[in-house]
Amino acid sequence: MPVEYQNILTISVYGSSLALILIGLYAVLIKKHLIKIVIGMSLVDAGLHLLFVAIGYIKGGTSPIFSPGYEDKANAMVDPVPQALVLTAIVIGFAVTAVALSLVIRLHKHHGTANIDEIKSLKW
Amino acid sequence: MKKFFVITLLAVLGFYLASTFCYMPFGENRMGAPVDEQTVGAYYLNQTAEVSQVSNVITAIVVNYRGFDTLGEVTVLFLASAGLASILYRRKEEDEEEVERLNQPSSSLLQTGSKFLFPLVVLLGIYVFIHGHLTPGGGFQGGAIIATGFLLMLIAYKKYHVSHGMLTWVESLAGILFVTIGIWGLVTGGTFLENSFLPKGTLNSLISGGAIPIIYIAVGFKVAAELTGVLDILLNTKDPIKK
Repeated sequence: MPVEYQNILTISVYGSSLALILIGLYAVLIKKHLIKIVIGMSLVDAGLHLLFVAIGYIKGGTSPIFSPGYEDKANAMVDPVPQALVLTAIVIGFAVTAVALSLVIRLHKHHGTANIDEIKSLKW
Repeated sequence: MKKFFVITLLAVLGFYLASTFCYMPFGENRMGAPVDEQTVGAYYLNQTAEVSQVSNVITAIVVNYRGFDTLGEVTVLFLASAGLASILYRRKEEDEEEVERLNQPSSSLLQTGSKFLFPLVVLLGIYVFIHGHLTPGGGFQGGAIIATGFLLMLIAYKKYHVSHGMLTWVESLAGILFVTIGIWGLVTGGTFLENSFLPKGTLNSLISGGAIPIIYIAVGFKVAAELTGVLDILLNTKDPIKK
């Protein structure tokens, strides 16, 4: 694999995960609408998952599954541990998003708005 | 002004994260040579096929090596769905009118199409979690696919309701099956979730891997029931705009 191609791949994969994390943090810190804040949290999640899987990747490696014909290819497989951790992280991210959305629904029902500037009881 | 501070903060954070990424080149082999069993990943890759006869290493990690973690993960999902139900719980006298989910009924094309697709989606989900130890996928993925089938029905039919009693039964039985297999392993093998009491079979056949496929099928049913419950609760919440 030529060096330039490798650089482009590095920059695009790491760069997109970094961009997702930063965009998500920006949405959490700047946006006023609660749904947008939850979307920002999901974006941070997505960026972290992409980063994990990218760290586990090995050049030219196949997926870590011993399907027929790949029984003795353990040397040519990517690291399975980050993928298993990402599987866990996706599920936990789903749980966090679901509970956050239910809290948003409750707040909206109680205050009639999902804009955090208009929810006065949050200020002190 | 706040925006300026936030962008400065994020720029600093991004710079340091990016300079950290420069120390870990993309695609570099960080496991060491797998024959030497230097790292956890290499150990799993070398051991899984011989010891537990499971071809999908990720399934072996999630269900066997980190099975206790998966039990906790499923518990977190259960807590999320229970918490959702308790947060969005409303008494009957609060709003007595029928829940208005959609303003307009969906078209007959969508209704017929989803009625046709629903069994196929559920079948695909069941296929994915039964073959979780052979192909990509598994209990969580298959459960999510089944929940999308229920989501299709909930979107297409205004009056479609999932029986919560049945969901609770499926969820409880699947959880009990998971814990029973764990305790069975404790009794016969010595550690919780020890995969030693069932024959291992041969690699790449449907019945292989001992208790791993059974646990993943239980996880699949549990995840499907939990996600369907979450979707049903979220969709049946009264729209607060129309008070």
